[in-house]
Amino acid sequence: MGRDAMALAAHGDADVLVLGGGPAGTWAAIAAARAGARVILADKGYCGTSGATASGGNNLWYVPPDGAAREESIQRFEQVGGMLTDRAWMLRTLELTWAQVAQLDHWGYPFPTDAKGCVRRSSLQGPEYMRLMRRQVRRAGVTILDQSPALELLADADGVVSGARGVHRQREDAGWAVRAGAVVLATGGCAFLSGALGCNPNTGDGHLMAAELGAEMSGMEFSAAYGIAPAFGAQTKGRMYQFARYYHADGTLLDVPDGLSARLAVCRATLDGPVYARLDLAPSLIHEAMRWAQPNFFLPFDKAGVNPFTDLFEIRLVLEGTVRGTGGIALAGDGCETTVPGLYAAGDAATRELVTGSRSGGGSHNGAWAMSSGTLAGQSAALFARRPVGGHSQLRGAGRAGLPGKDAEPAPADPVPPDEVIRNVQAEVLPLARNMFRTASGLRDSVWKLDQVWTDQVPQLGPRPGRQRAREAAAMTAHARWMYAAALGRQESRGIHRRDDCPGTDPTLARRLRVGGLDEVWVAAEAG
Amino acid sequence: MIEIISAVNCIDCDKCVEVCPTNVFDAVPGGHPVIARQADCQTCFMCEAYCPVDALFVAPTSSPAPPGTIFTDEARLAADGRFGEYRRWIGWGSGRRPGSLQDHNAELAELAAPYLGGNLLA
Repeated sequence: MGRDAMALAAHGDADVLVLGGGPAGTWAAIAAARAGARVILADKGYCGTSGATASGGNNLWYVPPDGAAREESIQRFEQVGGMLTDRAWMLRTLELTWAQVAQLDHWGYPFPTDAKGCVRRSSLQGPEYMRLMRRQVRRAGVTILDQSPALELLADADGVVSGARGVHRQREDAGWAVRAGAVVLATGGCAFLSGALGCNPNTGDGHLMAAELGAEMSGMEFSAAYGIAPAFGAQTKGRMYQFARYYHADGTLLDVPDGLSARLAVCRATLDGPVYARLDLAPSLIHEAMRWAQPNFFLPFDKAGVNPFTDLFEIRLVLEGTVRGTGGIALAGDGCETTVPGLYAAGDAATRELVTGSRSGGGSHNGAWAMSSGTLAGQSAALFARRPVGGHSQLRGAGRAGLPGKDAEPAPADPVPPDEVIRNVQAEVLPLARNMFRTASGLRDSVWKLDQVWTDQVPQLGPRPGRQRAREAAAMTAHARWMYAAALGRQESRGIHRRDDCPGTDPTLARRLRVGGLDEVWVAAEAG
Repeated sequence: MIEIISAVNCIDCDKCVEVCPTNVFDAVPGGHPVIARQADCQTCFMCEAYCPVDALFVAPTSSPAPPGTIFTDEARLAADGRFGEYRRWIGWGSGRRPGSLQDHNAELAELAAPYLGGNLLA
């Protein structure tokens, strides 16, 4: 347990409370502290290892300011993003990413130098990056609460977000509460405990907290992101598969294109039987460079005694949901405001539709977005927290679902174990046949089942094996319902949202979809 | 999944308990930490990265290793240099250089281009 957590006791005050300690949360905390705010950062796990970046690493959407490069990059990604992106947000993200990478350099991140003597700054290795970010968060005077999942937001009588409370999971779920002038949600996306690399802490908790106060989601139909992993493990590092060829069990070659464009056909082939891969296309001269580029791709192969350059290995597809997908909490302004006063969203908790559109944000945009949106959210939350408030009004916990025993209500007599709810949700969202190759009938079937889970099981969730798990089960149920409501609402295929019953892209549907609600889920095209 | 905390090397610093993002370990007063919730392990190798004495072995498999496999054979794994493997790659620990200094992600496309006929995305 960190010294910070011990020192704080159960309750504290801050100007800005940041929930989540991945890249978005750490950049937000530093930005808020630099703006003069007293900041507390609470992480479900450990700020430095928690979330997709620490385990996986980031390539960055990193384009120099000079010349026409940025304009060209923006135009290219507008096209591949299905014309759903926002030009001002893309430009802002490129500007801030450039500035914050310079900041990382200044802080001493060990960037590599290439064969021509140029320092290359567009890739960040996860453990190194997030260890450095933790150090800088502490240096900025931020108090860190590790292993302290937030369970619900606190709101004042006017509905302004005024803090959060949660538990210290390594201290027998002892409660914590922080009263704050503003809250930044940087809790990551949701990968439904699929095991995708580093993603199990990311269960959509922030989305549920926000929705309980009326926040909206955007881009939730772009949630069918799957990563390739060796069948024995869950190492969903996709980049090296551009060197792969794919095989049937009998050793014959799959009839798919080379490179990354094979992905879709490979996914479909796994529905019919096992698929094997081998990095045939990687010339031996660059094997060493590949290893140093992504040691965490090769490590599990080495341990398993499999040489991915020479041995066939079975693969499987692992859901990455809205971590590598696009959907998240909709933003209401340039400072990462949500539609709820006092509440800000950053990183994968926020929608990335503004910079990725219908395309997956994995592979560089999400990393750039985390830095940029985190910085903006921290700055604007610090500004909001300076508003005069009339004394300490009574705050209420805004959480509703998956909080057994809240407000001294009796816990359910015959509680539903969280793992049962989680299994029921996973049964609807993990299968490729349901989530990647979508049809109206399949989605309707899942929505019906997920509605049953929400109505019948979530209210009966029990408090074992810990408060966090029940809340996660509720959060994943809500997340799945928004995903599929949006997927039904978009009656076309666009980007990573694929409707096998509507395979074409309809130019008249190039508009973003909002989705929201808990008991009644609604979908609407974004105004404007 | 995490399979082994080596009693030979563990110094009871509880760093693994502190840093595990999915809270798999429990500290034990006066003893070595224990793997208390193996089912929650997500095979992210972060504990291996942080363990200062290379006392941990995380198997590459995303389910518990069946008994009798090499992944639970501490002596064999130690002989094969399998403890602290991730920490070596990322260059943490005294006398090592950060692995990120040799991160070739940014130039991978350029390095591979002559061989792949423009098939790389980025």
